[in-house]
Amino acid sequence: MSVGALQAMNLVLRRELCLSFRRPDQLLQPLVFFLIVTTLFPLGLSPELSLLRQMAPGVLWVAALLASLLSMDGLFKGDADDGTLEQLALSGQSLGAIVIAKTLAHWLVSGAALVIMSPLVAMALGIPVTAFPTMILSLALGTLTLSWLGAIGAGLTVGLRRGSVLLSLIVLPLAMPLLIFGANATDRAIVGDSPEGAVYFLAALCVLTSSLAPLAATAALRITLE
Amino acid sequence: MTAQLKCLEVDDVHVWRGDRHVLQGVSFHLEPAELLHIRGPNGTGKTTLLRVVTGLLRPEQGEVRWAGRPINEARAEYQAELAYASHEPALKSDLTGLENLRFTVGLKRRASDMELRDAMATTGVAACADLPARVLSAGQRRRLAMARVLAMRAALWLLDEPFTNLDVAGAEFMSRMLAEHVDRGGSALVVAHHDLDVGRPLRSLELAE
Repeated sequence: MSVGALQAMNLVLRRELCLSFRRPDQLLQPLVFFLIVTTLFPLGLSPELSLLRQMAPGVLWVAALLASLLSMDGLFKGDADDGTLEQLALSGQSLGAIVIAKTLAHWLVSGAALVIMSPLVAMALGIPVTAFPTMILSLALGTLTLSWLGAIGAGLTVGLRRGSVLLSLIVLPLAMPLLIFGANATDRAIVGDSPEGAVYFLAALCVLTSSLAPLAATAALRITLE
Repeated sequence: MTAQLKCLEVDDVHVWRGDRHVLQGVSFHLEPAELLHIRGPNGTGKTTLLRVVTGLLRPEQGEVRWAGRPINEARAEYQAELAYASHEPALKSDLTGLENLRFTVGLKRRASDMELRDAMATTGVAACADLPARVLSAGQRRRLAMARVLAMRAALWLLDEPFTNLDVAGAEFMSRMLAEHVDRGGSALVVAHHDLDVGRPLRSLELAE
């Protein structure tokens, strides 16, 4: 009996989550990084609330960007090193579907976890509670977009020995619009303006990368497999 | 598709690696219930040839056909019929033996845990089903990888040095497994640098430098 694409994706997703939870240290690393980087700013600059509130959106977004890059490197690396990637590519399933499932699993354990933790950090930075819904929504869209961009970068660099630096160089420039509009949305919500425009833009970027990045990442992986 | 049609044809395959002309016009046929032993010294492109046959590597020139169709035209159908065991056993060290198999076999066909445990028992690693792959020895990992090949129930086996890390009993059992596969009408391409004795007619292809 053959296995359908959705079942295959479900299988990959479950296995990725299972693997992540067997390695809690790798799961926690980006989260702790996020927490520590954001607490460094008040210590280094000034604990004054008005200043913090002004910088908070930028700090939050830069930290989230770097934290999710931290784990991106391992997206395909482990599978490429132990030969699992070849088994996946020869499974008779579409490699694209597998890439989508792997990236979504990665987002769930990195991006989504950051989003869940963001209110804690936001409180420490003095962001008012009224801005939380916008901040959470924009971070959710932003980190998902980042995971897609990261999948392209990880696919391109998986064959290289020190790929993680190159991965950052590929992904960070592409992530600039995210930073601009994400920080802008949060900023507007803090001062009480309507953040709609920026959030729509983030949503558009998310849709764009969700549809195109799997194709690009799959093509990159196929080149690596040769 | 009838069994008679499940024939692998490799036609004048050329592969360059940089300046090196690794495969210089390799051609062969593999019919159902046939074994082909690919041999040759290190660095003569045995693994490269196997990767070309899997479709992972596209040859610069030449073609690989399965059941009369080029493999990149009917990729999914072809892949559903093949089981590839690479140099690395492709096991996740944090998952148990059973979980490892459940996942890689599960992408190819629906296999119950019973079937997977049976396959593990056949290859002599039933006791490793619930142990994380991290604690297994190299030989046990190889046997687990062979259990995966068995559980995939594929018509075509592509094995890269399947005898590595196996003890005497393991090597005997591996030969028996190949013989049984041939008796079931399956075909296999085995890369091994030493002589093979599986008790079935065996063709061999020598790759030279």
